[in-house]
Amino acid sequence: MSDVYIAGIDMLKFGRFPEKSVPDLGAEAALLALKDAGLTIQDMEALYCGNLMQASAMVGQRILQQIGQTGIPVTNSANACATGATAFRGGWMSIKAGIYDAVLIVGVEQLGKAGLLGGGGGGGGIPKEGLLGSQLMPAVFAEAGMEHARKYGTTFEQFAQVSVKNHEHSTKNPKSMYQKETPLEMVMNAEMIAYPNTKLMCSVNVDGAAAAVLVSEKKAREIGMSRAVKVSASVLTSDPFTERDLVMPDINTCTRQAAAKAYEMAGLGAEDLDLVELHDCFATAEVLHYENLGLCGDGEAGKLIDERQTWHGGRIPVNVSGGLLSKGHPLGATGVANMYEIATHLRGEAGARQVEGAKVGMTHVIGLGSACGIHILEKSA
Amino acid sequence: MAEEAAAQGPRPVVSYLKIPDGGDPYLEGQKCSGCGAIFLGERTTCSSCGSTGSLVPTPLSNQGELYVYSIVHRSFPGVEVPYVSAIVDLEGGGTVKGNLIDIEPKPEKIRMGMPVEVVYKIAPRKDAEGNEYLTYYFKPRA
Repeated sequence: MSDVYIAGIDMLKFGRFPEKSVPDLGAEAALLALKDAGLTIQDMEALYCGNLMQASAMVGQRILQQIGQTGIPVTNSANACATGATAFRGGWMSIKAGIYDAVLIVGVEQLGKAGLLGGGGGGGGIPKEGLLGSQLMPAVFAEAGMEHARKYGTTFEQFAQVSVKNHEHSTKNPKSMYQKETPLEMVMNAEMIAYPNTKLMCSVNVDGAAAAVLVSEKKAREIGMSRAVKVSASVLTSDPFTERDLVMPDINTCTRQAAAKAYEMAGLGAEDLDLVELHDCFATAEVLHYENLGLCGDGEAGKLIDERQTWHGGRIPVNVSGGLLSKGHPLGATGVANMYEIATHLRGEAGARQVEGAKVGMTHVIGLGSACGIHILEKSA
Repeated sequence: MAEEAAAQGPRPVVSYLKIPDGGDPYLEGQKCSGCGAIFLGERTTCSSCGSTGSLVPTPLSNQGELYVYSIVHRSFPGVEVPYVSAIVDLEGGGTVKGNLIDIEPKPEKIRMGMPVEVVYKIAPRKDAEGNEYLTYYFKPRA
């Protein structure tokens, strides 16, 4: 089976673009990725498009109607916040299987100021939100964080530090929605949304798009390997049965299983990673994933934060892009944008926020309900 | 409908809240006779072991302990805040989500692991036809 390489990748600066449509944003990112690869839409043999909120609206085809209707197969995928990673993995599998040599991946979302997500409930009768607890995302991820607090004594302040870190990181990322430092007191005193998550500990609803061109080794050699990034592992899991999962979504087990498979596939371990972009949809979530991804032992996440090991310049920098908390979280674009971040460091092109000498990086997303996508990328040249 | 007109009393807020004629309301689990997993709501197949036809309705305990919680300060318009969203493990099995009441919604007042009980009350909301619903809450156990 061929190795798979990222030949081109780019993203739009995340923000709010009410004057544009979802296909507008996707098309813009697609053209940037093609340009980055030095290829054209005529070179693409398939398109894998990820978008959540317009999942039934043929977003991929509408992108091609803007940038080139070459008649290639289009697969539109939706998988909650793992949508972008799922589209990416579709493309990866097609090359791995030897079906194509070059495919286009687009992740795109237009959220605007969507407000609180989740809490749909359903099932008839009367609305359940606030009557049978909360199904809103801030509370669901707060409860996941409180499980860690229950086991290991993790504090509100430690959770808040994640937001301090990611906002600080984003000041060096020109493609982040926000580039503003938020000191600890500001984070902790921000409006409480769902304890222990304050407003600054919730990811930002934004519009955005990111795109990538994936190629086979043969194609990569043809166009030149100097900026190629190897996709060493691509894994997707769903939530296996655990005791409370159907009442309290378990974002840990699916992440642990995906991480184990990804390390095995890449023949690498957590100690080989130079940086990680993980799914900090809420500050509480990032803490759990330090342990889920093996960046530290169980119960050591609080210590990792206290010792600033996941800050830029620390032992294992996490979310140097600013993460979902500051860069923004356009659901379907997130899982491709985090690949852009890692690839940019591996190429040595990350400017002021460059993690020096980065050779291996990991991306991680979680779609609640649940899907976990993990990719390991390696510098190839 | 004649049956609806004849129906007495509130409706259950969820299918797993049972209101027996002349008896006390209770929460019902569906227990897999194969692997012991407990689910809320009727289903044909166990998602833990994959057995079909193995699920047996089982009354759940009204006694439990608070597993984890969040204090919700912002919700949809019309939802009264703050309130405590709680995940409770019931004695003998089964995990249920609901509001924890009769406690100050402050982290220093709430202890994970604290004993709680399930209580049943008329919900403060009605449906579009004006029907009443019986719901459940958790409250601290003395």
